[in-house]
Amino acid sequence: MSEIKLENLKKSFGKTEVIHDLSIDVKDGELIVIVGPSGCGKSTLLRMVAGLEDANQGNVLIDGKKVNELEPMERNIAMVFQNYALYPHMTVFENMAYGLKIAKIPKEEINSRVQKAADILELDQLLERKPNQLSGGQRQRVAMGRAIVRNPVAFLFDEPLSNLDAKLRVQMRLEIKKLQTQLKTTSLYVTHDQVEAMTLADRMIVMNQGNVEHIGTPLEVYTKPKTLFTAQFIGSPAMNILSGDCQKGQISLSNGTTLKTNSNHSGKVNVGLRPEDFIMDDNGSIKLKVELVELIGANTLIHGKLENSNEVLVASIAGVISEDKVGKNINLAFKDDKLHLFNANTDLRIN
Amino acid sequence: MVEKKKSGYWLTHAGLIIGVLFIFFPVWLTFVASTVNQEEIINPPLPLWPGTEIFENYYHALFKGGREGYGSNEPVINMLINSSIMALGITIGKIAISLLSAFAIVYFRFPFRKTCFWLIFMTLMLPVEVRIVPTYEVVANLNLLNSYTGLIFPLIASATATFLFRQFFMTIPDEMVEAARMDGCSPMRFFKDILIPISKTNIAALFVILFIYGWNQYLWPLLMTTDPDMKTIVIALDAMIPAGDDFAHWPTVMATAMLAMLPPIAVVIGMQKFFVKGLLESDK
Repeated sequence: MSEIKLENLKKSFGKTEVIHDLSIDVKDGELIVIVGPSGCGKSTLLRMVAGLEDANQGNVLIDGKKVNELEPMERNIAMVFQNYALYPHMTVFENMAYGLKIAKIPKEEINSRVQKAADILELDQLLERKPNQLSGGQRQRVAMGRAIVRNPVAFLFDEPLSNLDAKLRVQMRLEIKKLQTQLKTTSLYVTHDQVEAMTLADRMIVMNQGNVEHIGTPLEVYTKPKTLFTAQFIGSPAMNILSGDCQKGQISLSNGTTLKTNSNHSGKVNVGLRPEDFIMDDNGSIKLKVELVELIGANTLIHGKLENSNEVLVASIAGVISEDKVGKNINLAFKDDKLHLFNANTDLRIN
Repeated sequence: MVEKKKSGYWLTHAGLIIGVLFIFFPVWLTFVASTVNQEEIINPPLPLWPGTEIFENYYHALFKGGREGYGSNEPVINMLINSSIMALGITIGKIAISLLSAFAIVYFRFPFRKTCFWLIFMTLMLPVEVRIVPTYEVVANLNLLNSYTGLIFPLIASATATFLFRQFFMTIPDEMVEAARMDGCSPMRFFKDILIPISKTNIAALFVILFIYGWNQYLWPLLMTTDPDMKTIVIALDAMIPAGDDFAHWPTVMATAMLAMLPPIAVVIGMQKFFVKGLLESDK
């Protein structure tokens, strides 16, 4: 158990810089999820912490000790890979014991540690099997077992659930969460799946093109995204972004519709409206020409264009909305306090 | 095969059976010829069923090197041993060297890595037959003529096997290497504990091919071995065919031919089990 500190990390492959000056503090026992679109440098970041990749600049500190020059194994960190990377010719037991065997830990100790991990992960019936005789979820558990047995100072997860089917993914997500709370081991978890990020994280880091966009608890990130990118990336369906002009607490949209805000900012803004914050209201100020109605079950997604404008809008309305609204105009009201304002030039949050 | 119709089923089987008979018939004739006596074999027609001299013929071939009065040879057992040592030496040497060089080329970043690879690759164009004179010179200068070392060494380098292992190693996901690094594996340990076990199937397949290649070597042993003690069985077989007015004791010659076939067959059958098993388990 320990703290991980990243100081001004920079990494480039050839001439392309993939991580620009990145600093993060991970507290002891915390589960941090790093989320971002593919190619944003999140896996590279994880691999630098693991020691599989060298940073061009900056420091990686574990418990205050600089570990830049240490081999992965000497950092005492365990990693779970997306494709599990189990050794195909070894049994489940051997797979889990291999690292310990190399570390020359006595046999009885290895046996008891593997047994303990197998108990936690419910693998005790499978110890003699080879990886190809296991299902995806079981392989995933073995990969986690291999990480646990070493009593590492930190777990690194590199998109561990991406190769599983949807149902299993939910189940394994819960198991990882349970396991992490139980073991209280500091963890870094990389994913591109925002549901995983929201559900697992103590704190999450939103990354974009090698920069940190937002660090915060999932709730903070969702309710008060610091940047336009974060606002659009987190949340499904994605937040609507409309351009507008803000003067004296009044925002006028491109088609003349006005919304209220408590911000005193004046100038061009991007207005973020979460689809679920719309309400069907015949007196609502937002007029929408409906183009498509998607029924999801619990709610209905209404896709349309703002009246007298080309800006598209998605609203998620609770309950069932009939499809004969397509082609017609509807009125929507918006909960003004849920409105997100971003500076049109800097993309930073205003309110 | 998706053919489900009865007629198609029988037709394909008939085709296969005819093919097998076609290939097997000469082998059968050789076997029959190795079990009869000289009179039966030189008076046509050729017998089609085994005779009674089987033990006699094989005994003479194996331990006496042919019958008296028909030109003498070394006992076949010696040459079988020679051939086995040479073929095994070539096979094991080739596999060991190509595994190591493929390992170096795929997993290490060193200067002129590409150059090394292409140099190895270029030797594909230089089989023993092409470089036989300089190779002979080198081996002769090293006083290795008429020795197992001399027989084996010049044939050991193998671009084909290196290339094959290189391609195979490149299909192994990077995460496997990284997982091993996280486990604290040193490079040689990774090679020994992970790479070699994973390559089992390829090694088995190569073993078969290379063993047969080694066993069938003709030109190099012919040049290399002047001492009758060092002759290989392929050379000996050739030497048994009579030149000019000599007579050959054909049943013994045929017995020798049958014996020369046995080790490669044994290797194929023995290794088959491994690579079929490997194919079933080939999941990375």
